[in-house]
Amino acid sequence: MKHIAIGILGAAALGLTATAASAGTLDTVKQKGFIQCGVSTGLAGFSAPDDKGDWQGIDADFCRAVAGAVFGDGTKVKFTPLSAKERFTALQSGEVDILSRNTTWTINRDTALGLNFIGVTYYDGQGFMINAKKLPGVNSALQLSGAAVCVQSGTTTELNLADYFKSNKMEYNPVVFEKLEEVNAAYDAGRCDVYTTDQSGLYGIRLTLGAPADHVVLPEIISKEPLGPAVRQGDDQWYHIVKWTYFALLQAEELGITKANVEEMKTSDNPEIKRVLGQEADTKIGTDLGVSNDWVVNIVKAVGNYGEMFERNVGSGSPLKIARGINALWTKGGLQYAPPIR
Amino acid sequence: MASQEILREEPSRASFINDPKVRSLVFQAVVVVVLGALVWWIVQNTIDNLQRLHIASGFGFLRGRAGFDISDSAIAYTSDSTYGRAIVVGFINTLIVAAAGIVTATIIGFIVGVGRLSRNWLIRKICMVYVEVFRNIPPLLVIFFWYSGVLSVLPAPRDSYHLPFGSFLNQRGFYFPRAMWGEGSWLILVAFLVGIAMAWFVARKAHQRQMATGQQFPVFWTSLALVVGLPVLAYALSGFPLSFDFPKQSTFNLTGGFQVKPEFLSLYLALSCYTAAFIAEIVRAGIMGVSKGQTEAAGALGVRPGSILRLVVVPQAMRIVIPPLTSQYLNLTKNSSLAIAIGYPDLTATAGTVLNQTGQAIECVLIMMVVYLVLSLVTSAVMNVVNARMALVER
Amino acid sequence: MQEHDTSWVRTEMALAQPAPAGVRGLGAWVRTNLVGSVGDTILTVIGIALVVMIVPQVVSWAFLNAQWTGPDRTVCATVAQGGIQPDGWSGACWAFVNAKFGQFMFGRYPIEERWRPILVAILFVALLVPLLIPRVPRKGLNAILFFGALPVVAFILLIGGMFGLPHVETSLWGGLLVTLSLSFVGIAVSLPLGIVLALGRRSKMPIIKTLCVIFIETVRGIPLITVLFMASVMLPLFLPEGVTFDKFLRALIGVSLFAAAYMAEVVRGGLQAIPKGQYEGADSLGLGYWQKMNLIVLPQALKLVIPGIVNTFIGMFKDTSLVSIISMFDLLGVVKQNFSDANWATPQTARSGLIFAAFVFWLFCFGMSRYSMFTERRLDTGHKR
Repeated sequence: MKHIAIGILGAAALGLTATAASAGTLDTVKQKGFIQCGVSTGLAGFSAPDDKGDWQGIDADFCRAVAGAVFGDGTKVKFTPLSAKERFTALQSGEVDILSRNTTWTINRDTALGLNFIGVTYYDGQGFMINAKKLPGVNSALQLSGAAVCVQSGTTTELNLADYFKSNKMEYNPVVFEKLEEVNAAYDAGRCDVYTTDQSGLYGIRLTLGAPADHVVLPEIISKEPLGPAVRQGDDQWYHIVKWTYFALLQAEELGITKANVEEMKTSDNPEIKRVLGQEADTKIGTDLGVSNDWVVNIVKAVGNYGEMFERNVGSGSPLKIARGINALWTKGGLQYAPPIR
Repeated sequence: MASQEILREEPSRASFINDPKVRSLVFQAVVVVVLGALVWWIVQNTIDNLQRLHIASGFGFLRGRAGFDISDSAIAYTSDSTYGRAIVVGFINTLIVAAAGIVTATIIGFIVGVGRLSRNWLIRKICMVYVEVFRNIPPLLVIFFWYSGVLSVLPAPRDSYHLPFGSFLNQRGFYFPRAMWGEGSWLILVAFLVGIAMAWFVARKAHQRQMATGQQFPVFWTSLALVVGLPVLAYALSGFPLSFDFPKQSTFNLTGGFQVKPEFLSLYLALSCYTAAFIAEIVRAGIMGVSKGQTEAAGALGVRPGSILRLVVVPQAMRIVIPPLTSQYLNLTKNSSLAIAIGYPDLTATAGTVLNQTGQAIECVLIMMVVYLVLSLVTSAVMNVVNARMALVER
Repeated sequence: MQEHDTSWVRTEMALAQPAPAGVRGLGAWVRTNLVGSVGDTILTVIGIALVVMIVPQVVSWAFLNAQWTGPDRTVCATVAQGGIQPDGWSGACWAFVNAKFGQFMFGRYPIEERWRPILVAILFVALLVPLLIPRVPRKGLNAILFFGALPVVAFILLIGGMFGLPHVETSLWGGLLVTLSLSFVGIAVSLPLGIVLALGRRSKMPIIKTLCVIFIETVRGIPLITVLFMASVMLPLFLPEGVTFDKFLRALIGVSLFAAAYMAEVVRGGLQAIPKGQYEGADSLGLGYWQKMNLIVLPQALKLVIPGIVNTFIGMFKDTSLVSIISMFDLLGVVKQNFSDANWATPQTARSGLIFAAFVFWLFCFGMSRYSMFTERRLDTGHKR
């Protein structure tokens, strides 16, 4: 009597934590009870863990807003920090439901990577930062010929940099790192003369340097960097929910609905506010979208309107102190414009 | 059918279930089926995923314009070059750092390995501390050490250390004059090659003569004269075609000259130091593996100590040393992929950037894997040839 | 003919020679070990110069000038850098390590739940120590508890989500916790898998053999970082829609498979060293394949390659530091992440943090290598020729 012991494939199926496949992202999310949100590994003002390990920033808040719309509870979000290299695969494979990670919207990413950008939550542009103490007299990017430039690899920033120096017939010396922390450290240690990334990022990074006052951001903006959240292709319902969450944030600001006054506003006489907040009789705006009719109320309760979100994370209420500029509402001369919610 | 015929010839009580041949066939068939199914499942999933998400696939992207710059490049490369060329640049950088690291690691390793067997207590202990420290720290940490060390110790470009021969050392790297070869410098190269060939020939003849007559010939000095002297002669004859481009201070950095970047420097030093600790242990084991009787017998024959080491101990130790040395060389080559952590543009780093820019993860990771695999196989093949020549010839 | 005076006999004592140069005592030791010859003396001088150059600097940096406690960067920065230290001060910033110690150990594991990893660590040590000391009895039970029960208990405790323990996601794990759990699981998986692969490579079944050779040689030919990249960016595309692996689990699979290939080669070396007579003897006793392997061949083979196995473990322990490149926060990853904390940004921070991480890694690796040497001597039952 011999026992046949087949051990080769025995140990293969150890501890899988796979989530069940399902038709739509919304159903999966509802089943899980939370939204999995892909964020950066730490960029102040956009998505960075605070001392307690809670993610703060515009990008993190946007996911909370979507959670507000879906669950009526902005805390039902889990964050996955992703490097530049991992971000697209993570979204494509369903590891995250939304990629809200200061990612630039380009045609290539829409067509060849299987992503759908839902809009632009932050209009940015690439800029340069130098150490003014070490390089007195440099006040334009056009004086940077021959400089060593620190840049994060695999980003549109790296491409714009190459194009900018080439088109201005200047030489430069790229110093390329995989992670933002490494770029910061190398720049701070004097490995390179210039730091280039999105201008908003430069302001945030300046705060973390050894002597922030020594560094200045040069005036030139060399590219358009429309940053926005993205979702997977092929799921229109989820795409609409995320897109209209963004528009709802803008609409709320336009109508003056804030976190503080959203309950009062529900009883407002203004028909537009009533409609947006789902207080019209027999309204089907929310349910048609796949969420509850008071979805905008929930969004605003979770994170406030777009303006509040901006000021709290990158604007006057934050250490970054970035002006609204082109990120102001269209009514105030900016680019943020939402189609009507009706 | 075949097995039944065998059974008829040799009647056995065991049923064919217990026949080892049948069993192994069935087992292998099962494994092949299971594995085939798994592969099919994976391929199918991947195709589905790519189609569903409209992700581009195929290797066509390699011909696309890269658009990014690479700091260290041994071949001509600009942002207008293709993605394929970017990957080649990375591959060459991997080769450069691996080759430089292997040479240095071998030298340090042999010195430290012999030092651990020294009669001198202090040297023995210093070498031991070296080995025990470097062997037990992750290579990634060693790389970070060198990098942060190099950056924090060296001065900014404005206060560079001035070194002899117009070289400079600062945070941006090590600068030295670049040789500019002018007209007729090919003659020097030819002279150099001819010198090597002649030196080899002289060594052979001298060896034959020593075998036949016992007379010795100063092979080393003759070879040196040939290998160095001939190119110098050619240099003079062709009218001194060599000039130097010296590094000069400019607004930001030093320009001109040849620059060795701190990323390369720290990766190279870290890999050398780390691997040297392992090579030292291999060398020690190799020397200790040669039995003492060999040394004593050579001594009894009147061979001088230096010659004993050269003619008796080392050739035998090499037999023990080479196989593990090969795997250390392979390890060093593979560890050079850690370059990505400090931004040296090696294969992993450039292929990673291409992956990021194109989003074609599967193709890029495949390229990385295949290239490293081929590199490993070639290195082991070369070392196997060396090993075969060294191996004991049994008579 | 020569005359030989053979009758001469010495009548008085020979003059006493001076005592031979001592072979004992400090002087003799110095003579043989430090200044045995001219070359030796030169080497000794160089050695002393090296020691004199390095040791005082290291001691003063790491101990004498070091700052052990402090609330923020000011204790580790000179006045010019905005701190309290005099200009030209250079010392280790252990205060940084001190302040971040919890993070270095547990990452972002919730503070109120940290008793769980601590309990696991205590259980781990309590089961490991008796397993390592040869004299302690009941090795079998101990091993079952260590390799069977402990992983289950540790899994429940660390992940939670059952028995009233709150769920802690693996993305919150970090620091030494990640390093150790990756290594432990890697070791526990790679050894059996490596043995199976080694047996497969020596198998007489051609297909099995080919598959094992291909797997082993492929994995050994590529760097771990490529395997990790594959696990982090390629694997998700291989799975059906909606099925995802935990990132931690993916790294775990990558590290284990990688180590298994190296382990297989080590074990194969042991299998080849077993004389053919042992296999034939087992066959003639009528033992089946697995009985032959389990009872006769593997016990001898594994004993022979213990140093190799431990070396593979050490290699794997060190290799876990690579997961910091795929943005997981093992010990090295957490230490590096904390460099960007503006509260602690000083020129000394990075160096201190890296040296602390190096020291922790060194401690574990050195301990393992010493234990392997001890076991090797103990199990040396005369197989060496």
